[in-house]
Amino acid sequence: MTAPNRTRRGHGLHGLMAEFETPQELVDAAHHAREAGYTRLDAYTPYPIEALTEALHIQDRRLPAVVLGGGILGGLCGYALCYWTSVIAYPLNIGGKPYHSAPAFIVPTFECTILFAAFAAVLGMLGLNGLPMPYHPVFNAERFALASRDRFFLCIEARDPKFDREKVWAFLTGLKAHAVMDVDE
Amino acid sequence: MAVIDRRDVPPEQVPVIQPGHTFASVTDKISSVVLSGKTPLGWYFGFAIGFAGLQLLLVSVTYLFIKGTYIWGVNIPVGWGFDIINFVWWIGIGHAGTLISAILLLFRQTWRTSINRFAEAMTLMAVACAGMYPIIHTGRPWLAYWLFPYPNTMNMWPNFRSPLIWDVFAVSTYATVSLLFWYVGMIPDLATLRDRAKKMWAKVVYGMLALGWRGSARHWQRYETASLLLAGLATPLVVSVHTVVSFDFAAGIVPGWHATIFPPYFVAGAVYAGFAMVLTLAIPLRKVYGLQDFITMRHLDNMAKIMLATGLIVGYGYCVEAFMAFYSGNTYERFMMWNRMEGPYKHMYWALLFCNIIAPQLLWFRKVRRSIPMLFVMAMIVNVGMWLERYVIVVVSLHRDFLPSSWGMYHGTFFDKATYIGTIGLFLALMFLFIRLLPMVSIFEMRAILPEAKVEEEEGA
Repeated sequence: MTAPNRTRRGHGLHGLMAEFETPQELVDAAHHAREAGYTRLDAYTPYPIEALTEALHIQDRRLPAVVLGGGILGGLCGYALCYWTSVIAYPLNIGGKPYHSAPAFIVPTFECTILFAAFAAVLGMLGLNGLPMPYHPVFNAERFALASRDRFFLCIEARDPKFDREKVWAFLTGLKAHAVMDVDE
Repeated sequence: MAVIDRRDVPPEQVPVIQPGHTFASVTDKISSVVLSGKTPLGWYFGFAIGFAGLQLLLVSVTYLFIKGTYIWGVNIPVGWGFDIINFVWWIGIGHAGTLISAILLLFRQTWRTSINRFAEAMTLMAVACAGMYPIIHTGRPWLAYWLFPYPNTMNMWPNFRSPLIWDVFAVSTYATVSLLFWYVGMIPDLATLRDRAKKMWAKVVYGMLALGWRGSARHWQRYETASLLLAGLATPLVVSVHTVVSFDFAAGIVPGWHATIFPPYFVAGAVYAGFAMVLTLAIPLRKVYGLQDFITMRHLDNMAKIMLATGLIVGYGYCVEAFMAFYSGNTYERFMMWNRMEGPYKHMYWALLFCNIIAPQLLWFRKVRRSIPMLFVMAMIVNVGMWLERYVIVVVSLHRDFLPSSWGMYHGTFFDKATYIGTIGLFLALMFLFIRLLPMVSIFEMRAILPEAKVEEEEGA
């Protein structure tokens, strides 16, 4: 085999992409690909499919921890702001209430908790997903624009240790794929 | 395609999406609203009204900045007038959007899918309108940043024991989190628009907004986690916001404000007003854009039921207010209640009871919930009723407090009314721009609730 990881057009190869018409076909294909020993694969779908997460073994459990961290930090910052302001920086006697008026500090503390946790959820999700990403090879695949409409794609990437263009092509064709295509780097 | 909008079918059996739709048809239908370039006449009509209102707002706010708040009717004893009434009214309207997008998501109510996007947009636009009022009411709005705690040369800091600074934190957090939630929810749909756009500028703009979203399964998994967590965060947040707004009143000693029922009663009222506004917007929208397949009778029926339920909670709030006034044995509290019922603003109070308690009882009847014109009328009545409620709370409580020598009357001036109509214009203009430029129904969530989206798990996989 000559230049196994080159496409016909001579570009570097990101992987091979198979197109499916139904989510069921994609989930089944993902199961088969995992069973066949491929590990570097990803699926592209127009909406989240829970079964796919299981089929591909891609459960990432870091995000909730990030959000919890954000929330705790927010709560501490909120309370610290109230305490430092009211007790240290600018003590005001308001109706004889103590400078450290804990019940009154609950609301800003709570709001800061939510605010920081929400930012942690959004930025954490984007960060872990590597977004924003201005360029990604999968967009080179023909018909990939349909991944945001009604088609389901499975990509076996060239960096997979078992990757061999001819064999993967044959494997994907055998999975009831509607079409198989090269993905240029 | 069979139309299942018939009146003989019980609402529970009406599907949340008409049968016959596919991934492709849902995508094309919703994205074509934005991308086809064919704007219905109704849009121009609606936007023109909103835009005219916006001009009125600009004029009245400019005049306000030149002359000061005396152009409004506010004075001692009624220092809070239309501005605070409208602030509370708008904030309340926003709450239904968060309720639909967050609380109903946590309860896995799939019917929310087709209305959550524009309800969230409604939240944002309503909060934008609301947030403006306290700022312009400060009198020197160019110094509004003094509300925030920041190091300054005056060495002054806000007083964290005051509900007014709580309000700053609650409302600004609410606006920020609503914006995040709305934008994150839209990323996959922006990617759809990017992939389907024909014009270069549309590809570029939607492409940048979509952040390079490619629908990867790994991304979806984290995305779903993030959405659930945001929903979990937005739920207590939305409850806290109107609670804190009610503290602005309840922490004061003015009779008619100083009541422990205020937080739950304000939150219920907010949801009540919000669903009324969602119906007000959804009914014409589904007609103009032919979205009856996605916003079905089931949605309208469910929203009417939520309105009825929250309306009853609000009714309970009114009863408790009245009961506590008499049961407290406090002269001023009793007088406040008598003054509401018999005083110079009594027509406001009785109109409020009619709009918020009596009229909505018609929603018990399925016939009324199934009649679109009746639902629209009901929603408008509740919109008016909830505005009157805030009028009664703010003005009628303030105008006669403890000392008869300091009693007075308040009437909104031309500029009070112009500013109010102006914010309605701003709200409409923003909503119409949103409908024209962004997907008003969540496309990816609609795909997920289609029957063809069902995936069977492989045995032993």
